[in-house]
Amino acid sequence: MIKLLMGNEAIALGAIKSGVRVVSGYPGTPSTEILETVAKNNDGSIYVEWSVNEKTAMEVAAGAAYSGARTMVTMKQVGLNVASDPLMSLAYIGVKGGMVIVVADDPGPLSSQTEQDTRHFAKFSNLPVLDPSTPEEAYEMVQAAFELSEQVGLPVFLRPTTRICHACSSIDISDSREEHIPSGFEKDSRWVIFPQLSYRRHIEIEKIQVALSLIFSKSPFNTVSGKGSLGIAGSGIAWSYAQDVINDLGLNVKTFKVGTPYPFPVKLAESFLEGLDRVLVLEELDPVVEEALLEIAGSKGLRISISGKKNGATPYAGEFSYELVHKAISDFAALPGADINEPAIPPLPSRPPVLCAGCPHRASFYAVKKAMKGQKAVFTGDIGCYTLGNAKPLNMVDTCLCMGASVSVAQGIKRVEPDTRLFAFIGDSTFFHTGIPGVINAVYNQTDIVLVVLDNSTTAMTGHQPHPGTAKTMMGNVSEKIDIEGLLRSIGVKWVQKINPFDQKAAITAVKEASNVKGVSAIIFEAPCIALVKKPEPLRVDSHICRACGLCIREIGCPSMILKEDGKVQIEPSTCYACGLCSSICPFGAIGGMNHEG
Amino acid sequence: MKADILIAGVGGQGQILASRLIGAAAILEGYTVRTGETIGMSQRGGSVVSHVRIGGESKSATIPFGQADLMIGFELCETVRNIKRLSENGRLIVNTQRINPVTVSLGMDEYDTNAMEDALKKTTSNLIMLDGYSLAHQAGSFKAVNVVLLGAAVGAGYLPLSRDSFIKAIEEIMPQRFHNLNYAAFDSGHDLAGRIIAKNTE
Ligand code: SF4
Ligand code: SF4
Repeated sequence: MIKLLMGNEAIALGAIKSGVRVVSGYPGTPSTEILETVAKNNDGSIYVEWSVNEKTAMEVAAGAAYSGARTMVTMKQVGLNVASDPLMSLAYIGVKGGMVIVVADDPGPLSSQTEQDTRHFAKFSNLPVLDPSTPEEAYEMVQAAFELSEQVGLPVFLRPTTRICHACSSIDISDSREEHIPSGFEKDSRWVIFPQLSYRRHIEIEKIQVALSLIFSKSPFNTVSGKGSLGIAGSGIAWSYAQDVINDLGLNVKTFKVGTPYPFPVKLAESFLEGLDRVLVLEELDPVVEEALLEIAGSKGLRISISGKKNGATPYAGEFSYELVHKAISDFAALPGADINEPAIPPLPSRPPVLCAGCPHRASFYAVKKAMKGQKAVFTGDIGCYTLGNAKPLNMVDTCLCMGASVSVAQGIKRVEPDTRLFAFIGDSTFFHTGIPGVINAVYNQTDIVLVVLDNSTTAMTGHQPHPGTAKTMMGNVSEKIDIEGLLRSIGVKWVQKINPFDQKAAITAVKEASNVKGVSAIIFEAPCIALVKKPEPLRVDSHICRACGLCIREIGCPSMILKEDGKVQIEPSTCYACGLCSSICPFGAIGGMNHEG
Repeated sequence: MKADILIAGVGGQGQILASRLIGAAAILEGYTVRTGETIGMSQRGGSVVSHVRIGGESKSATIPFGQADLMIGFELCETVRNIKRLSENGRLIVNTQRINPVTVSLGMDEYDTNAMEDALKKTTSNLIMLDGYSLAHQAGSFKAVNVVLLGAAVGAGYLPLSRDSFIKAIEEIMPQRFHNLNYAAFDSGHDLAGRIIAKNTE
């Protein structure tokens, strides 16, 4: 049956077809839809969970794979940093059931802190990696990855990038499903990592790398075609652009498509390099394929010039595009560049992402800002929608590093600036992910910080996934809700208050009080993300009362508020969530409900 | 048939659903499809684009500069921002709705409606501007702007897929309680664009 599938959906359906039994992960753009699609298509025979973080997810998957089940774990590239501890040891221990680690990279980056390249992690951990160039190839690769994992007894990486994850293709999918009954966990010393075992396994692992390189030289995901003295090698989405450009230019070159960047298919690469004078390598992020080719050329003493990132033919940073690849190939083949006559356009306003109209985070930030007006304070931020609180006019995010860092970075600043008040903002899902150890650290070391938990009952940024505080699971069960307040109290935070941030008066009073507490104090701002509630009737501005002072817009920058020509304010009814924050700011009482004059 | 269609707008306007509907309609008519979307941080009110490629041999979903046969602009400024992807004298449907970025409300940036409309008129003569926002509201929901604009593209003869296929695609993809609303939205765009084209050719 032909279906239009997103790369992430294709990966999920491919895994189901391969008989996957356990799927775990933590949400992160661009990987999130993989696990969600498995859950949506689960006939009940697959165990699916959003784990609390990527390390936990990796370990859950490992245990299942020890027990002989086909398992998949999903995350984004920075999530793999969190999971790197189990990952590195897992390469030594190996698996019994096929284990696929899907890590989505984000060249650009479009929605990430870094542009790190997971292919390095594959090399670093001695695990093979498959790198799809289209969604349909991702569908094939995930199935091959399970086979390969069982064949060599190691987890296998599948590393799609944003343009694969979030692209759709019409794909012919089958409803058939392989049956893989797990053999169960068998007690054996091989599952216990000890220095002795590690040494022995290291020898084995290096042998497997050589075997894998040979396997990959015959893999259908790697191909050499065409002839001539010019060669173009590519991987991932860059290979897809390269094919389109080569076609459009009607170019006759030898090509090398690399679908398995590590272990590198050396034999096949040698046949590609044979007879070439010059090679252009096209790949996003780091020069992984380029370095592999350079190494082969060097060790074989070949006189070939290899272009790529190292000689500036293509950039390290940012994602590739058809246009970028077109220029790189044209330059390489000494063709005249395409003259694109771009239409003249007037200057346009920028449009950065913003907190939604009615977002409770806006009210929380505003309350803290008001309460700390004129005081020396630093606001450390974290990863989630609330990172957007950095924008004007709120300006309430002074630092952002990685998941959970708000809590600990605040402590470091406090130790250097004892007379500054430190506020650490963290969302509910991030709090459970890696926020808790930081709080324990502050309690233990008696550091004065105010923890501000922005609890909107969901993992909003990645598309509203449940987490331990929501009591919903991906199996559709209701579990025990983990209570943030109770948890904080149990680890020794004595001053904790739960407040609705839209009650600005109470919120401001609480913030002031919390900032004077010795040690750790915590405010839990509790109000649901607007995506979880039915949209109420919008508020409106009475234009007779509005005096065009513009205070409401300047203070909170809600995207539903529009400045009219006459300087008065108007509320866009299709997006206003009637949160009331603007009306609490208006000094003239011009903003009110529907019966208010418009 | 080969058609490259670009959708540009503001995160939250339902572009992804629109591209899925085009994809489903094209598959119903037997074509291969590729689409590429903006998913992530930009969905919170930032600039977003969807690429839809029907038929053709391309391996990547992204439409190169100057190659879109049709562009559907969900918002004026975002249409101009992406106009470089439209082919020479390509077909263009624009929702005249203006969504002010917060940067404009705060006085940090300017939104020059006239300059933007002029730029579009200079780029192509195959241009239909319509108030999709009001049509959607009349059909029953502001949210149906996306389907109004798809209707307009088909009604203008700019999108070579049939109304029937879209009706089926709506049925296939959207929850039943929204079917009638979206049929009405589709037809309101379809009829208005049809009338504009008829008038232009008179
Ligand atoms: S999705 Fe929810 S949490 Fe994110 S900005 Fe919108 S209202 Fe706020
Ligand atoms: S009530 Fe005011 S602040 Fe709240 S969403 Fe509506 S316009 Fe924005």
